[in-house]
Amino acid sequence: MNGAADLGGMMGFGPVEPEPEGHPFHADWERRALALTLAVGAAGRWSIDASRHARESLPPAQYLTSSYYAIWVAALEKLLVAHGLVAADEIAQRRSRGPGEPVRVLRAADVPKVLAAGSRYERATGEPARFRVGERVRTRNMHPTGHTRLPRYARGRAGVVERVHGAHVLPDANAHGAGEQPQHLYTVRFDARELWGASADPALTVTIDAWESYLEPEGHPVR
Amino acid sequence: MGDGDIAVRVEALESILVEKGYIDPDALDAIVDTYENDVGPRNGAAVVARAWVDPDYRQRLRDDATAAIGELGFGGRQGEHMVAVENTPDEHHLVVCTLCSCYPWPVLGLPPTWYKSPAYRSRAVLDPRGVLADFGVTLPADVRITVHDSTAEVRYLVVPMRPAGTEGWEERELAAIVTRDSMIGTGLPVASGPS
Repeated sequence: MNGAADLGGMMGFGPVEPEPEGHPFHADWERRALALTLAVGAAGRWSIDASRHARESLPPAQYLTSSYYAIWVAALEKLLVAHGLVAADEIAQRRSRGPGEPVRVLRAADVPKVLAAGSRYERATGEPARFRVGERVRTRNMHPTGHTRLPRYARGRAGVVERVHGAHVLPDANAHGAGEQPQHLYTVRFDARELWGASADPALTVTIDAWESYLEPEGHPVR
Repeated sequence: MGDGDIAVRVEALESILVEKGYIDPDALDAIVDTYENDVGPRNGAAVVARAWVDPDYRQRLRDDATAAIGELGFGGRQGEHMVAVENTPDEHHLVVCTLCSCYPWPVLGLPPTWYKSPAYRSRAVLDPRGVLADFGVTLPADVRITVHDSTAEVRYLVVPMRPAGTEGWEERELAAIVTRDSMIGTGLPVASGPS
């Protein structure tokens, strides 16, 4: 969807404010927000793609005026309600009305193992990759109402395939519970002038990682 | 920021989830402890320092960064599919996630606030030299910049150039000058001491 999270190329946010290493949190609630999101996520009721979509589909005014962990909290509340784990009025009244349903609970003893294992997103599909390294491709000009990882600034643009990563879980489907529908994933390199016009830095290129359905061979009519 | 009474809200949410039996409070502490004390940018610095001193390791990092990083004991969540990109005298790499906050946790830990900010995410792909100026970094105009927008589950680690004046340094000393920002691409390691 064309949400507020898709920030590439927007202007007016002011300078970037560097900060020293070693302080990932700025308040105790941020620690808890991160940990709650990971711990509840480990129950496996929704995917990382659904989590991202819950954040990115927040109303633009809310998204842009919330700090990052506040966005995570809002998305977590939304997911808990949408999946029936917590009732909306329990969130609103800030108290539980009773025990929940059985879920897979992440235990403290398992945390190191779970975090160190991660979860790979590559899938063996047996399908050959449609594009090869060095091939010219064009991203589709598409504006889906659901989740996508094709940023607006890179839609309908011609680039060159730089890497072929194998088939990866497709966020556009997985975010909505439509299954993993893995597709080949490519790193595509764009000249900045293709993205931003003639005044762009001639010494700048930008890469994105794009699933096969985001791409068509260059030369194909752009729809 | 319009976060309002967020601290109270998060505390209430945690209570609800504990009462419902969905979370183990000790697991929350373990998660925080992992990313506050264990997994952070010193991991990535060890990878870079190894690549600087060991050409064979550097080649393995090029060929399969996930495996090469795994050799040093680092891997897992948000680092399942790693790619290492090497700065050269002609090309400088910068990593961003314009859509959210994708970041290679096993080697860099949790992202700094600026990495997740609209200011960085909006401008890194359009005006990276302006972003670098905010960090006090100026590159020659003829150095090409490649910005990697992390739009999938691939995570990028920048291998900065080893600074002049570090000949003969121990791997451990080299790792100490590899900053977090230099592995994102918003900084450069300097031989004069840790920054």
